[in-house]
Amino acid sequence: MQKTLTTTALATALALGATAASAEIRIGASVSATGPAAFLGDPEAKTLEMLVEQINEQGGINGEEIALTLYDDGGDPNKARTFATRLIEDDEVVAIIGGSTTGTSMSILSVAEDNEVPFISLAGAIEIIDPVKPFTFKTPHTDRMACQKIFEDMQKQGITTIGMISGTDGFGASMQAQCKDVVGEYGITVAADETYNPTDADMTTQLTKIRNTQGVQAVLNPGFGQGPSIVTRNYRQLAIDLPLYQSHGVASDGFIELAGAEAAEGVRLPGTALLIADQLGADDPQKPVVDAYKTAFEEKTGTPVGTFGGYANDAFLILTDAIKRAGSAEPQAIRDAIEATSGLAGTTGIYTMSPENHLGLDLSAFRMLQIKGGEWTVVE
Amino acid sequence: MPELLQFLFSGVTVGAVYALVALGFTIIYNASDVVNFAQGEFVMLGGMLTFVCHAAGLPLPLAALIAIAATSAIGVAMNKLAIEPARGAPVVSLIIITIGASIFIRGGAQLLFGKQIHSFPAFSGDTPLRIGGATILPQSLWVIGGAVVVFIGLWLFFTRTLTGRAVLATSNNRLAAQLVGINTNFVMTLSFALSAGIGALAGVLATPITLTSYDVGLAFALKGFAAAMLGGMGNPKGALAGGFLLGLLEALTAGYLSSQYKDAAAFVVILLVLFFMPQGLFGRKSVDRV
Repeated sequence: MQKTLTTTALATALALGATAASAEIRIGASVSATGPAAFLGDPEAKTLEMLVEQINEQGGINGEEIALTLYDDGGDPNKARTFATRLIEDDEVVAIIGGSTTGTSMSILSVAEDNEVPFISLAGAIEIIDPVKPFTFKTPHTDRMACQKIFEDMQKQGITTIGMISGTDGFGASMQAQCKDVVGEYGITVAADETYNPTDADMTTQLTKIRNTQGVQAVLNPGFGQGPSIVTRNYRQLAIDLPLYQSHGVASDGFIELAGAEAAEGVRLPGTALLIADQLGADDPQKPVVDAYKTAFEEKTGTPVGTFGGYANDAFLILTDAIKRAGSAEPQAIRDAIEATSGLAGTTGIYTMSPENHLGLDLSAFRMLQIKGGEWTVVE
Repeated sequence: MPELLQFLFSGVTVGAVYALVALGFTIIYNASDVVNFAQGEFVMLGGMLTFVCHAAGLPLPLAALIAIAATSAIGVAMNKLAIEPARGAPVVSLIIITIGASIFIRGGAQLLFGKQIHSFPAFSGDTPLRIGGATILPQSLWVIGGAVVVFIGLWLFFTRTLTGRAVLATSNNRLAAQLVGINTNFVMTLSFALSAGIGALAGVLATPITLTSYDVGLAFALKGFAAAMLGGMGNPKGALAGGFLLGLLEALTAGYLSSQYKDAAAFVVILLVLFFMPQGLFGRKSVDRV
């Protein structure tokens, strides 16, 4: 008798717990808010927290509030795996956003796929969605796309021989490899290939070597952090008179500030609509979402928006859009709805997913930008 | 020829930063045989606090002075709160304490100043000086000048002043130093204040070139430590020579061999030097009297 009572009590408690839980949609996130990838994870974490707050103030999705469980994996893939497991088993989330780096994304995706929970990655590598895995999606364009955009622009200007100076950090090394892999398709040869450590203080040596290499017509610098700023300053110090291309890794106003407007004059890079929010035409489909994110983020954090926070913004948009359309917060229904995303404007580009394409962006998402007078301008 | 000159300028610029960091190691080492791994954090604090004060509207020289004074105070606090309570612990334990302190300072800086990269204007503008077809930034001359001035100051301090000798005596034998009337607690406090101040000065001078963020300290500490070991730990002459040598080695390897190998080549040379001269180029021979 007593046993039955306990069981009934337990069942009631469980049922009550379940009703309480159904009043909110649980979303999980694991980003690298600290550690070596903090420059990615920090704006991502702030963006997610801000967006959840916003959407709950507006009454949530389909009348249900969103509960965000956010973990900081410090850029460690092992921690990311643990947190992904914890998110699914203990926090019972219906979807996961995160994986600031390729490494952490790869560990989260294996857990998410095993448990059939949709996962939207914020990392660059193409391996995350190629081959396509049923429950894994991502928002950032790939490094390879950045290389292609840059080489397209070089091709237009008749540049056929370039020098590369790359950071040895994960971002720089990965983009260096991707660029060298794809460069042949554009009829461009890499005549000089130099590297620097992300903590180096002076790159004039490498740049002097590139300048003295026969036939170099332009220089490309894949990297993030302070490295590209120092490269840009040294480039002007040496008065090198060739076009300088930076990567999307430094696509933020902070780069112009650090390199100095004078040194950064004329630098080109593939960036997103986020950087030129004030120059977007009123009819630009990305304008409303870019304006909304930029205003809200800068007001809340006091720091300028960057590409990386934009990735988190887009992941959240895709997820909430999918939940709205699905009319349900079941993982399988959310997954199907994400895959059916069509023409959704984010800060990075306009997303159209399909069963074969879990990124949903093409090269048009990148805009070739040039710094003029300390401001970003669009190259036509 | 202009090519070689440019490599040398690059090496000297980087080397001067290493030398300044290496000089910061010498005082605490001389006073206590402890290699202070929080030295890089002092460099970071120097640059970061100057940026914060400058951004708040203070003129650059005043901002730099405040940063150096504040960092010295943090150095003293570190000695009082972390090193002094562990008095009597073996040197290795004290070194581990300094690693802990460096992690603590880095974490604090991250919370306080955020994770952005910062810089402030160079002291004498950004127009490079042209010499023989190569260029060098005026700020590099400030760093080189700073390294030489600190070196001369330290050399005079250790050889010409009573306090400097008291520092050396404390390191040599703390008990004997106390017996001859040296206030060893004061010597330790003073050495932390001076080391932190020199570290902060390095940060102030180098930041317009290297930029700064909460986590730059570790890289500074590692390179500065390598330079100090190469030259001979504890000897200001060694720190200066080690720093410039390391910078030049890196630049020349990157210039004539490959930028991929520049760190490896520098460390191979350091290993070779330490293999044949374990005390470094200018290190004291350690003599044990029985």
